Amino acid sequence: MNFDFSDEQRMLQESVQRLLGDNYNFEARQKASNSEAGFSREIWEQFSQLGLTALPFSEEDGGIGGGGEEIMIVMEALGKALSVEPYLQSVVIASSLLRHGATEAQRGPLAAAVAEGKLLIAFAHAEPTSGYHLSHVSTSAVLQGSSYSLNGSKTLVVHGGAAEKLIVSARLSGGIHDDGGIGLFLVDADAKGLSIRSYTTQDGMRAAEIELRDLSVPCDALLGNNSDGFAVIQRVTDKAIAALCAEAVGAMDAAVSSTVDYLKTRKQFGRAIGEFQALQHRASDMVVELEQARSMTMFATMMSRSDDAKLRSRSVSAAKIQVSRSAHFIGQACVQLHGGVGMTMEYQIGHYFKRLTMIEKAFGDTDHHRDLLSEAPSILV
Amino acid sequence: MELEFTSEEESFRQDVRGFIRENLPTSIRQKLIEARRTSKDDLVQWTRILHAKGWSTPRWPKEWGGTGWSPIKQYIFLEELLSAPAPELLPFGVSMVGPVIYTFGNERQKKRFLPKIANLEEWWCQGFSEPGAGSDLAAVATRAVRDGDHYVINGQKTWTSYAQYADWIFCLCRTDPTVKKQEGISFILIDMKTPGITVRPIQTIDGGVEVNEVFFDDVKVPIENLVGEENKGWDYAKFLLSNERVGIARIGVSKARLRRLRELAAMASPDGTRMIDKPRFRDRLVETEIALKALEITQLRVLSDEARNPHSSRPNPASSVLKIRGSELQQATTELLMDVVGPFALPASRNLQGSNQPSVGPDWADAVAPHYFNTRKVSIYGGSNEIQRGIIAKAILGL
Repeated sequence: MNFDFSDEQRMLQESVQRLLGDNYNFEARQKASNSEAGFSREIWEQFSQLGLTALPFSEEDGGIGGGGEEIMIVMEALGKALSVEPYLQSVVIASSLLRHGATEAQRGPLAAAVAEGKLLIAFAHAEPTSGYHLSHVSTSAVLQGSSYSLNGSKTLVVHGGAAEKLIVSARLSGGIHDDGGIGLFLVDADAKGLSIRSYTTQDGMRAAEIELRDLSVPCDALLGNNSDGFAVIQRVTDKAIAALCAEAVGAMDAAVSSTVDYLKTRKQFGRAIGEFQALQHRASDMVVELEQARSMTMFATMMSRSDDAKLRSRSVSAAKIQVSRSAHFIGQACVQLHGGVGMTMEYQIGHYFKRLTMIEKAFGDTDHHRDLLSEAPSILV
Repeated sequence: MELEFTSEEESFRQDVRGFIRENLPTSIRQKLIEARRTSKDDLVQWTRILHAKGWSTPRWPKEWGGTGWSPIKQYIFLEELLSAPAPELLPFGVSMVGPVIYTFGNERQKKRFLPKIANLEEWWCQGFSEPGAGSDLAAVATRAVRDGDHYVINGQKTWTSYAQYADWIFCLCRTDPTVKKQEGISFILIDMKTPGITVRPIQTIDGGVEVNEVFFDDVKVPIENLVGEENKGWDYAKFLLSNERVGIARIGVSKARLRRLRELAAMASPDGTRMIDKPRFRDRLVETEIALKALEITQLRVLSDEARNPHSSRPNPASSVLKIRGSELQQATTELLMDVVGPFALPASRNLQGSNQPSVGPDWADAVAPHYFNTRKVSIYGGSNEIQRGIIAKAILGL
């Protein structure tokens, strides 16, 4: 039992933090967020030079072979910097989809391009009526001769507008909620029959609504050549949640530090407001929540290595609940402790609050994960 | 990062678990499962069993009967005790005055006191709090005045746990009232049989008597019972209080309680329903389990950090979380038990009325409310949770 990073992991942590510290302050983040693409191509280029985009890919696929801990380190740093870049979507999620869902022939060229930072892939899975249910897929895939015809609507595809390729879930057989019969299709973003409507999100990113109308793709666009996509989606979602938890921990850490700095500098009644006990205790409660969230993020990261799918999902759900609770409390408390300034778009703390709020709602909120856990054995062993 | 213990640590865990299973008297275990009070004899019996095995003072230096276990093994040992559940070793001797004596005491004191702490031949209690010195511990006013080869002690201690059983008490006494309050305190060992000591029990809201007031009226204590240097007692007290970090969260206790909760909740209530089938109850249970899992990992992070940096004086930010959240979760588990027992929480405990009374409701029901009432203490003692928040604000956040 140990919670230590290896020397390589510490070096990774230092280099990511240095890169973001030197090149990605709040003003730079706002500029990236307000740009046409909704993120910075320059910093993305630097991510790829540092090897971050290659991190989770295997060495055969042109990657570095990093695991959950390396992703945790990078996501925490991105969370601290409030990064709006599509790292979670194109690197973490896409690499996992390719790794667990694609054949070697399908994966090779795509993985190399994503690893080099030259290709963005978005996962188009959620639908207008799916809520948080992963098996809800009504988009249809019908075999017509030597190609599939895809029809349906995908919603809330984060950074879907910037992606050059999409991985789209579509139903090959079964009812709308069935686990079986789901295929994952690789689609070019400029394909005929695909329309993408991009918009800005509350947390300063971009997302897209995607319509598929008689979109025709060749048979080899079906990843893994099978209809067992659900198990892949579950596994990838577990990884995405673990990564998102790490981002939240980074964002909470930065938000708490920034709030404590504010308490030390802001003066009222002739003294720093941090001298008031009511505010000190609120700040201390934030530390408690942050450390609990950090612990569960480490737990989820370690458990997501497990091949026991139920144990893995249960651990990830438990982590998501803790992290969402902590994010809810810390986000609100940071704004409160900043007073009026916390309400302004100009000041950074409100942006942390908004990102943390959206993380709470991503990949299943607290009630959703509590439902998943309520029939399961205890998380305690 | 690695969550799993080594195979050597796992086999150690199995050894401890097997030893407890074979040697812990069933009657004692049953009392703890039902959160009923254990007696002095129960603890003496159990401590002697552990002592015979060489496990009654694991953290002490080897020459005084310590085991030489790593912090991780000590943690495993404690967790196995708590979750068995087996009685915890009496902290006042083993974890509090013992380490002060072997760290700051002289050879004569070590030889005189340590062996009798280890086998619980002598029962110790803690003379720290006073009516005017609770959270503000340095305000102790009990006076020790030098008179030849004696101190003459006058004053009052309070909240003294198990003083009614105690053979000895370790006290913070004021030996110099003219200096800054932290600099005039001494750490003195007092034989409870000394003339002039009066113990008055305090009944707590659960109906039990754990704590007492202890009055000192011209109590003559030989100078040789001073530990370390005169007026340095505050340093020893701080050492004593910081020494108890591992285990302060009492995760094993809450774990055992949640296991029992799941068992009880799966049994049919008198109205035919099962609590485990009620979604709102289950939500609370699941949330408590998650918070406890998070705290367990936090505890392991602190341990991992200590194992890596054994001599670091910088507190791990995670360690401050342990007391606050650990006490809250102990309380949360007793609240969930109150939900399970429902209306049958009402009758006063049979323990208070003589055990020949028939039970009302399930036979475990009468201990639930007293346990809930009693557990409110855990966010008050050892530095209240408000004091803990103040410590985080100052020591960690620099506010």
